[in-house]
Amino acid sequence: MEKEVYSLCFMCSVRCPIRVVTKDDQVKWIEGNPHVTGMEGSLCPRGAAGTGLLYDNERVQSPMIRTGPRGSGQWKKATWDEALNMVGEKLKKIIDEHGAHSVVLGERTQLATHVSKTFLKAIGSPNHYTHDAICKGSVNTAGRSLLGYTDAQMGMDYKNTKHIVFYGRNFFEAIEVKGVNALTEAIEKGAKLTYIDPRVSVTATKSNRYWMIRPGTDLALNYSLIHIILRDRLYDAEYVRRWVTGLAELQDFIQPYTAQWAEKETGIPASEIESLVRELEKDKPSVIFHFGYRGANHTNEIYMRRSILILNALMGSIEAKGGIFLKKGPGEVGKKPARKLTEQDFPEINQPRFDKLGTPDFPLPDPAHGVGQILPYAILNEDPYPLKALINYRFDPLMSIPDTNMTRDALDKLDLIVTIDVNYSDIAWYSDVILPESTYLERTDSVQQANGLKPQMFLRQQAVTPRYDTRPGAIILKQIGERLGIEKYFPFQTMEDLVKWQLEGTGFYIEDFRAKGFLPYTDKQIFWDRKDGIKFKTPSGKIELVSSLLEDAGFESFPPYESMPSPREKRFRLITGRCALHTHISTQNNPYLNEIAPENVLWINREKADELGVKDGALVEVSSDRGSGTIKAFVTDFIHPEAVFMLHGYGHQSQAATRSFNKGLNDGLLMENVSDMIGGSPAFHHTCVSVNPV
Amino acid sequence: MSKYYLFQDTKKCIGCHSCEVACKSSKNLPVGPKLCEIITIGPVFIGGLPKAAYTFMPCFHCEDPWCVAACPTGAMQRRNQDGIVFVDPALCVGCKTCMSACPWGAPQWNPETGKSVKCDYCMDRLDSGDKPACVTVCTTHCLHFGLAEAAPPVRRERYAKAITSLE
Repeated sequence: MEKEVYSLCFMCSVRCPIRVVTKDDQVKWIEGNPHVTGMEGSLCPRGAAGTGLLYDNERVQSPMIRTGPRGSGQWKKATWDEALNMVGEKLKKIIDEHGAHSVVLGERTQLATHVSKTFLKAIGSPNHYTHDAICKGSVNTAGRSLLGYTDAQMGMDYKNTKHIVFYGRNFFEAIEVKGVNALTEAIEKGAKLTYIDPRVSVTATKSNRYWMIRPGTDLALNYSLIHIILRDRLYDAEYVRRWVTGLAELQDFIQPYTAQWAEKETGIPASEIESLVRELEKDKPSVIFHFGYRGANHTNEIYMRRSILILNALMGSIEAKGGIFLKKGPGEVGKKPARKLTEQDFPEINQPRFDKLGTPDFPLPDPAHGVGQILPYAILNEDPYPLKALINYRFDPLMSIPDTNMTRDALDKLDLIVTIDVNYSDIAWYSDVILPESTYLERTDSVQQANGLKPQMFLRQQAVTPRYDTRPGAIILKQIGERLGIEKYFPFQTMEDLVKWQLEGTGFYIEDFRAKGFLPYTDKQIFWDRKDGIKFKTPSGKIELVSSLLEDAGFESFPPYESMPSPREKRFRLITGRCALHTHISTQNNPYLNEIAPENVLWINREKADELGVKDGALVEVSSDRGSGTIKAFVTDFIHPEAVFMLHGYGHQSQAATRSFNKGLNDGLLMENVSDMIGGSPAFHHTCVSVNPV
Repeated sequence: MSKYYLFQDTKKCIGCHSCEVACKSSKNLPVGPKLCEIITIGPVFIGGLPKAAYTFMPCFHCEDPWCVAACPTGAMQRRNQDGIVFVDPALCVGCKTCMSACPWGAPQWNPETGKSVKCDYCMDRLDSGDKPACVTVCTTHCLHFGLAEAAPPVRRERYAKAITSLE
């Protein structure tokens, strides 16, 4: 019998609403939820490849216990009881001997994050981290320093924008379906797109203005834009007077950063910089300087992301139609959000976090997410204390934290590595125990509280029974918890129980999701009044250009610009990014996606390639101070001569995933693990590499 | 020709390949055959801007199809009611003559079945009132499917806007 189930995709972290058609417990069809504006059937290629994941015989099919050395691929198939008992016993011993703080859990943020945070709080460890800082920690901190809101608490009104500026934000390849369709609609109505990137991506080919900027100099460009706006008083004066503090200090600071100065640093002609400002100024406040999704390129990342937000503030575009908006929660309409397990009372924890967040060593990054790339240092240096056990939940430190070799050395010091994952990721392959999670099509998940212009709730609802011996991650954590005596913090037996518990007091019921998969709190968009109603969450209630958050922690709001050094002769700045076919490190083995994008290549500028004798399509060796590897060269005019580029997520070492094993090169092997120590992001574009024909 | 027209609004296409993936997954095809395919042309710099085309290549469902004429077993057929060209796998012997005959490379080889396979505009979906998989799932809705006489006038409208001034 055919059945339709409304749910949420999870081929990437965007969680697009989907409609799944099943017949006899098999998935027959997946499409974007037709009831959701901007979806209406649409899926990105990863979403369209959902059945490729569901029916993949190369994912983890039952609990596995390692029998040979780590990474040897020698496994014993285990029952759930065997695997869970083993994990429970080992964790108990580690906690007894070294304290609960020696246990770390890292995950890619998801609907079950409140469950894993609860797990750690209940055992008494402060060491939960998400991938967020690795992707965008500095964007988060930049947002809090200026507005009191994280990047995740802001959205963009793409549909009504008149001009959008992207700094390497490859919008049409890192696809978020609703956003792509909203911006496409705006472009159809005449909106302009300015794209700035050392490399020509698909987004560049859709732009009205493209600047091949010298790598790493976007901040210089922005300072010159701010300079022109202040010099010619082109900002939204009324908005700035009402909502912005610190303008005089900014004015003093920005004096030397003229367009002529920026031309020398960025390679973009001063006259073109001036004309961009003229264009944007006409369309204010319906303009967006996009603050990025991944914002993890350089050690001064927080100042780059702040400069983007400052440009929006000057244009009056924050909380404007066609600009950036602050997301509204159910409280705005007098209603309640879904409950989270983390709202329970937990024992007090006195140990600092492994990444020392919130201490004078590392005061500002968001402790709700931690800073994951510090983990290898914390393990290797036993600083602030020895770590013994690591649980990886849908997050792969080996491929997602820069400097894979150092991360592996750190992992080797641990007594226990447990991985909860759908796939044979590299970290699953390197673990002691793998606890396989059911795919998004095989499980119900926790409620998604989707704040925005119209606050809503969405629910991932199980479409079919698990193909293999797998369980939802939240149930797996609860079952480990039962073996550690913390079961009282998990007041549910099934995922449906958990959803019902979350919905208590909200006025919504699990059955309500059946019809369309989502429940709106209101049918009207909520914009706050631009004269008096914008609730900035800084101490002053305004946009603080001179940031109390930064200054109180001993950091400058406007440090002088330091020139981005060009790579030494015959070296290149390694830059990295994504394509539409893959999500981070997690989809390269999907049969449909692998067929279209099986391996990455090294983009290198034609003139530089000729000098080095590098031929298009030939293998080259790429080396940094941290590691090296081989990859095919793609010789092109469409990348800046100072940069080479490769897609992230290739070069998998997990042999069980045969389609992606050893295909292409892992960028993490080459990168140094250095961070923006104010904002919290790693500096993925910090490393320079040499390229030689093989 | 078939009475249908599959129109790609190339300005909206972002070359993401979701059409290809949706096609293959809905037809449960193995690695190899691509019943539709996005071919990227470019980029090239035009007036200082990088431009590329992401061109959608399905079967054209010809009025007098080379593949149907060439097929020795009658497996390759043209549906009377609407002109859709399709292959009946029960009659296909895997001789590949259709692949040789088609000037546009539409018929593909399915290594799992050892037979020819090609775009049939998802006629099972059409018959139950849906659009082809590629059109339904297309990220930006740049693919349109319908009767040829009802083709959307987006290009003409866009051009009219570009050349018209109200001042």
